[in-house]
Amino acid sequence: MKILVAIKRVIDANVKVRVKADGTGVETANVKMAMNPFCEIAVEEAVRLKEKGVATEIVVVTAGPAQAQETLRTALALGADRAIHIEETTELEPLAIAKLLKAVVEREQPQMVLLGKQSVDADNNQTGQMLAGLLGWPQGTFLSKVGVHAGEVDVVREIDGGLETLTLKLPAVLTTDLRLNEPRFASLPNIMKAKQKPLAKLTVAELGVNVAPRVKTLKVEAPAARKAGIKVGSVQELVDKLRNEAKVI
Amino acid sequence: MAILVIAEHAKGKLAGSTLNTLAAAQKLGGDIHVLVAGHGVDAVASEAAQAAGVAKVLKLDDAALAHLTAENLTPAVVAHAKNYSHVLAPATTFGKNLLPRVAALLDVQMVSDITAVVSADTFQRPIYAGNAIATVQSTDAIKLITVRSTGFDAVAASGGSASIEAVTACVDNNLSRFVGQELTVSARPELTAAKVIVSGGRGMQSGDNFPMLEKLADLLGAAVGASRAAVDAGFVPNDYQVGQTGKIVAPQLYIAVGISGAIQHLAGMKDSKVIVAINKDEEAPIFSVADYGLVGDLFTLVPELTAEVAKLKG
Ligand SMILES: Cc1cc2nc3c(=O)[nH]c(=O)nc-3n(C[C@H](O)[C@H](O)[C@H](O)COP(=O)(O)OP(=O)(O)OC[C@H]3O[C@@H](n4cnc5c(N)ncnc54)[C@H](O)[C@@H]3O)c2cc1C
Ligand SMILES: Nc1ncnc2c1ncn2[C@@H]1O[C@H](COP(=O)(O)O)[C@@H](O)[C@H]1O
Repeated sequence: MKILVAIKRVIDANVKVRVKADGTGVETANVKMAMNPFCEIAVEEAVRLKEKGVATEIVVVTAGPAQAQETLRTALALGADRAIHIEETTELEPLAIAKLLKAVVEREQPQMVLLGKQSVDADNNQTGQMLAGLLGWPQGTFLSKVGVHAGEVDVVREIDGGLETLTLKLPAVLTTDLRLNEPRFASLPNIMKAKQKPLAKLTVAELGVNVAPRVKTLKVEAPAARKAGIKVGSVQELVDKLRNEAKVI
Repeated sequence: MAILVIAEHAKGKLAGSTLNTLAAAQKLGGDIHVLVAGHGVDAVASEAAQAAGVAKVLKLDDAALAHLTAENLTPAVVAHAKNYSHVLAPATTFGKNLLPRVAALLDVQMVSDITAVVSADTFQRPIYAGNAIATVQSTDAIKLITVRSTGFDAVAASGGSASIEAVTACVDNNLSRFVGQELTVSARPELTAAKVIVSGGRGMQSGDNFPMLEKLADLLGAAVGASRAAVDAGFVPNDYQVGQTGKIVAPQLYIAVGISGAIQHLAGMKDSKVIVAINKDEEAPIFSVADYGLVGDLFTLVPELTAEVAKLKG
């Protein structure tokens, strides 16, 4: 079975982002970038399925600027077999990305597409569900367990009330939650080997997708800051404040 | 044109998130219709008809919708969505699973997780774990939106008297099969609806220590939450997680115990009215958002606090 994994390069989750003074976005100059954490989990899951003999080939794909190739190389170092870079410098919306991924799926014919449930920059949580809709495939979202068997996949989803188990027909689109697995680190020899693995380039035009944005960002602001609090010296003082000052107990 | 709100429901009851979504719909202006799709949903439909501000309830009852799978629900929502200017769903795992699939089939770039309505086509939504707030304008003919409950006070659950119209439009895709659910059963309030939340982090050391928080929670009528680290370590189930990628909460009082205050955790609770932090590390980032910070060992402070609260409630 061939698996396609869609990955995104984002500002490292540990960076405290700062809003630009002109209100057009957040500061990205000289900021550490990394693979979206949920995408790391998606790559790891694909690699584990290959190690188990379920997957035969792992193709990773990203849409983004030239630097996004670093993220593809990281995925190759983690165990993906080859990479596809859809080069595009404008900011892409989830629907446009889903359409690009659909076009890649039509070329590559994978049996499973793995994505992160959410990119931690835009916090959309849309792309996987959109791709599944466009393909007319079943979707397993927010997964903490994946088990493939004869033409189907059992998935455990993290839902608000607890956990839900579904069986999906393959081919299917799956999105990862945090507890699906713990991603490995790439070893130095694997990082070296990754440099030799194939990385193909495609353009938006070749894939025939209109990626013109539909949603305009008018303004980006810092959230209202909370007013500074105090440290209390004792439990008695805390209870007194909660009772008589904040009036919440 | 009218606005369609997709009702979330479970076990024959309308979910609270639907009432917050209705509040967002009211800010858009226009008649509000509610789609109650599922199987055996008469009671949910009558509940929805009583919610404030609802003009009409569309009841879609079909066995293929019993488990509300996105594959089967999507064609039903798509069929009805075309008659509306806006389609809204709660930004819960239900709405997040469903609405993007619907949006793709309508060729709409939806807007996730709005916290404010600026105008009928312009909304605010947090990005970067709430470290920035974007104001965005949708240019699509139909606006598809998921609504963050903490941004909108719920409309009244009663007082309305909408008409209920039975509709059809269901396709059984046979793409997915429901196997089962493991739901956390608790007598305590639901996290996203609770007025008070007591949350534990890695500092709790073990799931065996959570009853200590539960005792305090029960005195306060509170829900119990957790950080990702506490969930990952298996102290408590996944549905306890508060944060960027867990539940977003904004109770009157949030008590964070043994939680350091990582950006991703703050993203889920920093809009709480009053925040209390109990942590032995006085430099912990949680204190930067706490109204009242208590520095010390949680294993002595929490029992002390519980005893003091018990005296008050005594
Ligand atoms: C993609 C992504 C998504 C994430 N999503 C979320 C999310 O939704 N929610 C979330 O919470 N996190 C999330 N995280 C994880 C987040 O970055 C932190 O790792 C996590 O919140 C830390 O949990 P913690 O505060 O319990 O643990 P720690 O950071 O280890 O903090 C434990 C705290 O307990 C204190 N402590 C220890 N012992 C005691 C004691 N005896 N008495 C008093 N205090 C004590 C310590 O001083 C410390 O401050 C996410 C991370 C990533 C990368
Ligand atoms: N530019 C992109 N290229 C490839 N995959 C992407 C891209 N953006 C998002 N994705 C995938 O979609 C997932 C969810 O992203 P989002 O819908 O933006 O929250 C990510 O975790 C990726 O797997």
